[in-house]
Amino acid sequence: MSRLNEANIKTALEIIARYPRPKSALIPLLHLAQEQNGYVTNEAMVHLGELVGVTSAEVYGTATFYEMFRFEPVGKYLVNICGTMSCALMGAGDLMHHAEQKLGVKAGGTTTDGMFTLAHAECQAACTEAPTLQVNYRFRYKVTNGDFDTLIDDLKSGKLVDEIPAHGVVARVRQRIPADRGVGAVAPELATENPAWMDGKAAL
Amino acid sequence: MTTVDSNTTAPEPVVDPNAVSVTINGKVVAARKGEMIIAAADRTDDFIPRFCYHPRMEPVGMCRQCLVEVVGPRGPMMVVSCMTPVAEGQVVNTETEGVKKAQEGVLELLLANHPLDCPVCDKGGECPLQDQAFSHGPGESRFVEEKRHYEKPIAISENVYLDRERCILCDRCTRFADEVAGDALISFTSRGNNTQVMTFPDEPFSSYFSGNTVQTCPVGALTAKPYRFKARPWDIEHVESTCTTCSVGCRTVVQSSRDELVRYQGVDSQPVNWGWLCDKGRFNFESINSKDRLTTPLIKDASGNLSATSWSVAIDSAARMLRTALTVSPQSVAFIGGARGTNEDAFAWAQLANALGVDSRDSQLADGLPPQVFSLPQATIADIDTAKTIILLAPDLKEELPVLYLRVRHAAEKRTGRVVEVSPRVTGLAGKAWKKVHVEPGKTAAALRALATDAAFTAQLASGSVVVIVGRMNLAESEESVVHALAEVLHMAPQATVLPALRRGNVRGAIHAGLTPRNGGKSTSEILEAAAAGKIECLVLLGADPLSDVPDADLARRGISGARNIIAIDTFITQSSALADIVLPAAAYGEKVGTTTNVEGRISNVAQSITPVGTSRPDWMIAVELGTATSHDLGFASYNEVRTAMILGVSEFAPATDTHAVEHDGVIVAHPTPITLTRADAASIERNSYDYRAVVSRKLYDNAIGTAKSPSLSTLAPSAAVIVHPLDVPRIGAQVGESVRVTSQRATLVLPLQESVDVLRGTAWLPINLSGSDARELLDVTKDVIDLKIEKIS
Repeated sequence: MSRLNEANIKTALEIIARYPRPKSALIPLLHLAQEQNGYVTNEAMVHLGELVGVTSAEVYGTATFYEMFRFEPVGKYLVNICGTMSCALMGAGDLMHHAEQKLGVKAGGTTTDGMFTLAHAECQAACTEAPTLQVNYRFRYKVTNGDFDTLIDDLKSGKLVDEIPAHGVVARVRQRIPADRGVGAVAPELATENPAWMDGKAAL
Repeated sequence: MTTVDSNTTAPEPVVDPNAVSVTINGKVVAARKGEMIIAAADRTDDFIPRFCYHPRMEPVGMCRQCLVEVVGPRGPMMVVSCMTPVAEGQVVNTETEGVKKAQEGVLELLLANHPLDCPVCDKGGECPLQDQAFSHGPGESRFVEEKRHYEKPIAISENVYLDRERCILCDRCTRFADEVAGDALISFTSRGNNTQVMTFPDEPFSSYFSGNTVQTCPVGALTAKPYRFKARPWDIEHVESTCTTCSVGCRTVVQSSRDELVRYQGVDSQPVNWGWLCDKGRFNFESINSKDRLTTPLIKDASGNLSATSWSVAIDSAARMLRTALTVSPQSVAFIGGARGTNEDAFAWAQLANALGVDSRDSQLADGLPPQVFSLPQATIADIDTAKTIILLAPDLKEELPVLYLRVRHAAEKRTGRVVEVSPRVTGLAGKAWKKVHVEPGKTAAALRALATDAAFTAQLASGSVVVIVGRMNLAESEESVVHALAEVLHMAPQATVLPALRRGNVRGAIHAGLTPRNGGKSTSEILEAAAAGKIECLVLLGADPLSDVPDADLARRGISGARNIIAIDTFITQSSALADIVLPAAAYGEKVGTTTNVEGRISNVAQSITPVGTSRPDWMIAVELGTATSHDLGFASYNEVRTAMILGVSEFAPATDTHAVEHDGVIVAHPTPITLTRADAASIERNSYDYRAVVSRKLYDNAIGTAKSPSLSTLAPSAAVIVHPLDVPRIGAQVGESVRVTSQRATLVLPLQESVDVLRGTAWLPINLSGSDARELLDVTKDVIDLKIEKIS
């Protein structure tokens, strides 16, 4: 069973209530599902479809557009080593080779203890800091082989638990928007007046 | 579209505020506001190439093939003609050098990843991509790199295969599934460089309408299992015909190759089906090619087995049987069925019945509506498009009349009309309904009467035209209950018109032709009751199988075993024809010419495409021969003579003289003077001591012979179950999936328990004619409602 759990269903309903149309909440809900299981399970996609009133195929179609949603189990830590031009020039190839030796898996593989998934990544937009890598989308800059070993050891020993949460956790502090503080968006067909920007009333 | 009323005088010319005039390639074209350029251009001789554009779906501008130039203040501008609406004075050019270059460029790109495996592709020869690559393509490609590769066809459902290499991502299939069918079970996935059409993992594209995606696919990406590698388009013979699987009467093209049916395709008929077909109607041609078809007459031999004989022996024996029975009394002869053939078949059999003095004939199998429903003011299918309110007093249209479901769904989706669902369970249209009146059986009329105080509802009814689709929403409820409910609706909305939702292909034609009780003759249930009492000497089954079709299984069994002699005219050995004394093989759909009449009374042609199997003959011919053998000249001996006699003899069929119209969109039967229904006492029927009230209906795929004998469809039928609301499951105390004991006053059955929120609390839904215990055993046609007890088996 990897549908959303009770607590997450409550959060999901809160997220859905922010939007005039339930299906608009799909992407935040996919993040929620990925946070719960570390990846987006089929059962979770079926559940999200039920929650927002679309078919599983539509959830799947939306989810597969986004590279950051994973549909197969990944390690607790997803290590993405950039291999694009600047990083490649600054030794990303050697770093990847070292990483494969250190973790004992090839790029794309997951360690047998389920701790690490190693993957190639395209440009991470930090070329001045090359070579770069991300662990669960948290940056590490100018990474040497030694830095990499330290990083892996620290992750293993739990030293970085406060900084780098498990894969799927987008932020450790969840955004809570009480109903009275929402923007109160209404569906276009239900709107009784023009949106603020159309009347020039929006604060510019 | 055919105009029925020819008495209208030409109206004064009025200036249409929505009229727009555009110039396409120098020719002035009249268009309507909101129309796209490509639609206006389609009325000229100039063809704009296209892949994604489909006139029955919303435009998306996916393929970019329909680029044309529109002249603007800054000179010609390239626009996508399927996404650009017409405007007054617009000047469009579709054949300039610029347009040619642009269209060639798009085609070259579309072909960049296309495998060009045309020689082994089913679509080759009728492929829009192939055709337009020739007519609008550059001729050669500059793309020399490796093409994209995917696993060659993967099954996305039982009958539809997807070849992603051939796909050009036009969005036609996914749009159809979402917009038209409402089954968005396929979607674009992995959008980006690897965009592909795909289902959800392990959730197949199991839509009742999946075959339409194969027909509309502009390349060979989607192919249908029943047709794969069967024929090539240039070897196919085409005839336009009408589908008689159900009574919607969709226009089709029947295609055969080497005297075997290979495919049906939908024809876009504005008044009927808009080009769509359901999968059952599309793929059941397999049953006509079945090896199990009857090829020779059969007669019961001395040991009681049916064995092959000649037509002359069979006809003589049948005539003797009829004559012997008639000497007892004409009341001891009865005809059941006739709704599966053509109008001409039904007419010939009705004439034979007249000649023999047989008044007990019924083409409905105790699951229909009284013929008076046809005398109420009638609606057409197209009236659904303009109706303000559509009241469903009918079985689940998605299960019974699928293409009519698409029409109603379209009206709700486009908000042209509001749908009111009156039903004992949630049907396929509930999601689109403006108002849902879910009421347990026996209380429908009372619930409708109570609605008279609902101001919003009465205001809605008063807001414009009302179409009531009326049929047997629950076979465990009497025919009268439907008539009472209909009377309540017509009382509230006197302007309402009625569209009967009868199921069998040509039931309406058979009734008009005279296969309905007359002069105090018996209906099907009365015939079977009389047969059970030993009062029927000769029972003639005209393509009817009471043992699997009459809702009351016990009655059917007693009736069939009680009839002294049975003559069956059928295409297959069915449960009932297996017990006949003489079985005469009938020509099936596609093997004979004729006309058929759909639910709205539209007469259209049924065409012959192949020779009848073995020595089988059209039903009308069998009637003529039996007439001759019983010394009755029916007055016709050829198809044309039957047709002429029918048009002259039955006033409803008079419009069928317009042969051209009959062979295209059809003509509407002549209507008698409308009658009115009087309201009856709308009392609710209270429960007996049993807990659950039965709701019995049919599923699209069941054990009906046409489905069972089509290998591609037979596996799609679910198995029998008793389905209750999830909150009633604990009350029964059994687990979902466990077998439970279901008891009515008639019988006790063991059925697996299932749950569904579509079932009302306190009711139990039992689809019939499926594999497993048949719920028809529980029914009693003499009862107004059936109450059930459901118990855990300890």
